[in-house]
Amino acid sequence: MPVVSMTVNGKPASADVEARTLLVQFIREQLGLTGTHVGCDTSQCGACVVHVDGRAVKSCTMLAAQAEGADIVTIEGLAKDGELHPVQAAFREHHGLQCGFCTPGMIMTAVDMIRRKPDLDEETVRDELEGNICRCTGYHNIVKAILAASREMR
Amino acid sequence: MSDAASGEGIGQPVRRKEDFRFITGNGHYTDDINRPRQTWACFLRSPHAHARIRSIDTSAAEAAPGVVAIFTGRHVADDGLGGLICGWTVTSKDGTPMKVGPHPILALDTVRYVGDHVAMVVAETLADARAAAELIDVDYEALPATVSLSACQSAGAPQVHPEAPRNTCFEWELGNKAETEAAFAKADRIVKLDLKNNRLIPNAMEPRAALGEFDKGTGIYTLHTTSQNPHVARLVLSAFVGVAPEHKLRVIAPDVGGGFGSKIFIYAEETACVWAAAKVGRPIKWTADRSEAFLSDAHGRDHLSHAELALDKDGKFLGLRVKTVANLGAYLSTFSASVPTYLYGTLLSGQYDIPAIYVEVDGVYTHTAPVDAYRGAGRPEATYLVERIVETAARETGIDPAELRRRNYIRTFPHQTPVIMNYDTGDYEASLAAAMEAIDYKGFPARKAEAAKRGMLRGIGFSSYIEACGLAPSAAVGSLGAGVGLWESAEVRVNPTGDVEVLTGSHSHGQGHETTFAQLVASRLGIPLANVEIVHGDTDKVQFGMGTYGSRSGAVGMSAIAKALDKIETKAKKIAAHLMEAAVEDIVFENGTFTVQGTDKSLAWAELSLAAYTAHGFPSSEIEPGLKEGAFYDPTNFTFPAGCHICEVEVDPDTGIVKIAKFVAVDDFGTIINPLIVEGQVHGGIAQGIGQALLEHGVYDADSGQLITGSYMDYCMPRADDLPSFSLGFTTTVCPSNPLGMKGCGEAGAIASPPAIINAVTDALGIRDIEMPATPARVWTALQSVASRAAAE
Repeated sequence: MPVVSMTVNGKPASADVEARTLLVQFIREQLGLTGTHVGCDTSQCGACVVHVDGRAVKSCTMLAAQAEGADIVTIEGLAKDGELHPVQAAFREHHGLQCGFCTPGMIMTAVDMIRRKPDLDEETVRDELEGNICRCTGYHNIVKAILAASREMR
Repeated sequence: MSDAASGEGIGQPVRRKEDFRFITGNGHYTDDINRPRQTWACFLRSPHAHARIRSIDTSAAEAAPGVVAIFTGRHVADDGLGGLICGWTVTSKDGTPMKVGPHPILALDTVRYVGDHVAMVVAETLADARAAAELIDVDYEALPATVSLSACQSAGAPQVHPEAPRNTCFEWELGNKAETEAAFAKADRIVKLDLKNNRLIPNAMEPRAALGEFDKGTGIYTLHTTSQNPHVARLVLSAFVGVAPEHKLRVIAPDVGGGFGSKIFIYAEETACVWAAAKVGRPIKWTADRSEAFLSDAHGRDHLSHAELALDKDGKFLGLRVKTVANLGAYLSTFSASVPTYLYGTLLSGQYDIPAIYVEVDGVYTHTAPVDAYRGAGRPEATYLVERIVETAARETGIDPAELRRRNYIRTFPHQTPVIMNYDTGDYEASLAAAMEAIDYKGFPARKAEAAKRGMLRGIGFSSYIEACGLAPSAAVGSLGAGVGLWESAEVRVNPTGDVEVLTGSHSHGQGHETTFAQLVASRLGIPLANVEIVHGDTDKVQFGMGTYGSRSGAVGMSAIAKALDKIETKAKKIAAHLMEAAVEDIVFENGTFTVQGTDKSLAWAELSLAAYTAHGFPSSEIEPGLKEGAFYDPTNFTFPAGCHICEVEVDPDTGIVKIAKFVAVDDFGTIINPLIVEGQVHGGIAQGIGQALLEHGVYDADSGQLITGSYMDYCMPRADDLPSFSLGFTTTVCPSNPLGMKGCGEAGAIASPPAIINAVTDALGIRDIEMPATPARVWTALQSVASRAAAE
């Protein structure tokens, strides 16, 4: 079995994996970082979004081997020195989550969205969330939280 | 500091206590939990909607790498395990009980829907289990399937169960047939409408999952599972399926990623995992992939109805008669029989004073996945029917839709409807007026004209809904066929340091109980919110509970906590009286402090809590040491949340795309503990209602019975760009039927919104009806027929 090595949340991570191992399986099963979720099998729901070299990626759609040498950040690595990331804080402040299952993917997507588009408006946020499905919130408060975080991060 | 001053009390938008773990990736959902020596299960499912199993050959699969064991229906039957049950018995109008076909955990000789469970493979890894399942050779004799709801009762239709001729499980009725016929006989106008309520697939974002374990030393089974009601799961698995005695079975529902009804039920996979864990002597994990969830989670809705409304010359409703055929799928699920009957027929009076109502419902089997409660469960179907026919009546009589509703609102309470329910309180005019104000009803013609200039068709639609929540008085549901009581339990444990654990039989899977329940306790005891822990979801910790569904956790679950808190206060006052050498009746408890009336003597909550456990010098005959009380609360009535939702849509005639231009919801939920959380519940409900009205449809191929909408590429889940932001408002009539005055808010959005949207779409198009979901293709097609009709005229 091939050995894959990458940096995950600032720490080196390495394991022997079957070639077919998905990045999300590597993160959840090999590293035990279960904050990244799997909500579908067709790359639609976005519960598995992590950052690969700073970009939001659906980790169910990438082989672990493709992430060789990459810098990965998962939801567990987003808060720094005990301080919530502004997007995490905004989701809490604006009740942008209910059951919490889609939330890690939503937050990771939102962080990347704000990085790419600092001047977000509601329509853009809704359009950008096309790849993240939430069944609980009706997106109302997710959109509100992302807009608030983007204002704060300007 | 008092709770009001700290912003943590009842009515405050407290930020959720549970959020920290979810936003940092520290939640613990079932699939996140792993055990040493754990194995993985994969279920081999039927590829046929209907087939006889001639034989199953597992020899090649057993020899495959990593396989630990393979189980079929024969193993289950040989072990004496019972089948899955329906916990509600419906009686037909001829007095016979519903006709129930067996529901085995793994199929014995027949499969009855695509996705039905044929075998369970247990292996070292999930990949091994899946690969081995491919090697099982099942010799099927494919049989014709019954898929169509409209044709399933006809003479030649293939039979799902021999026990139920014409695929009819029950022929139920409610109301007064003779009075209703008399009302129609004297009517000035009769409005008729045929309606379909489309099949929905729930799609909680966390798929169902199970981790079954067996401890050989103690004989105790443990099941971690995605359940809305772990105690009910344990009861069914113990008393009916016979997996283990109740005291030897622990069911834990840890963090659960949404339910919407679909995780109430006791399914085959979870049952098989915990049962087989003892057979293989190792833990067994199973997590559905999304395709399995589409195939095997209980679906929702799926009705065909004919409705007739009788009116007098002034537009006053005289009577309503309804005939509905409700799809139950291939097997009865845990509560499926109650949904199209007692949760549907009983709400057909809506917000209106209708003197005579008669409804007939045929519950029927088809070769499709079981259908059971999905957010709203029966009440969305009732509301859709009532609000669509009332809107149709408004258009046929030329009376303004708001005015027609006003003329018929119930205005005095309590109000006994002809269909069991006794509405305790409400003010329907208030929510209608507030919603009309919020959407600027007067300005609608101008907005419509402005839209027309842009080539767009603008329409407006009302929905004045009512639901029955707070399920439910045990005696009432027992008399209607329920196999359970629907009370709730609570236990309040005060620790010696004064912090508090509250054990509740409710279960939170997104509703925020850890916050709202704590708000109640903290405000009542005058302690910080941070000092209250809400414990739920574990049968080893909480003695018993009925779980969370039917918007019951606040009205019933919190009422149980309130009752336990009453007992805590009574005992605490006794202790305070002893410690301060005063009479019990002179003790006042306020803001966390006990005082003796008319003196400067006082005792803080923490001091009293410690004293309760040191118990020095207690008169032992009068005061026991400790401070812990439990309560069971059985509601005296259902609660009746109600309100008015108004939707404005714009239809693009070139594409048929419907855009929701404005959506206003004004709801009366009685007392609101946390408005932030309540608003979130309404948002989510409306989104699911918009999904039903415009996007979602569970479709089976009419001939083969294959599920056509089996993934997120085929089943249209609402995305952020399908939805608008919502405008919410609240009116309040306090519920007199529980101590907190709460009504429930979890389902309102899903119940109220579909008819508001379809009323708006049909208004925009100038047509009588359009089937849900009103997809661009359907809307465009409808527009073409309007245009060709106009051309012909």
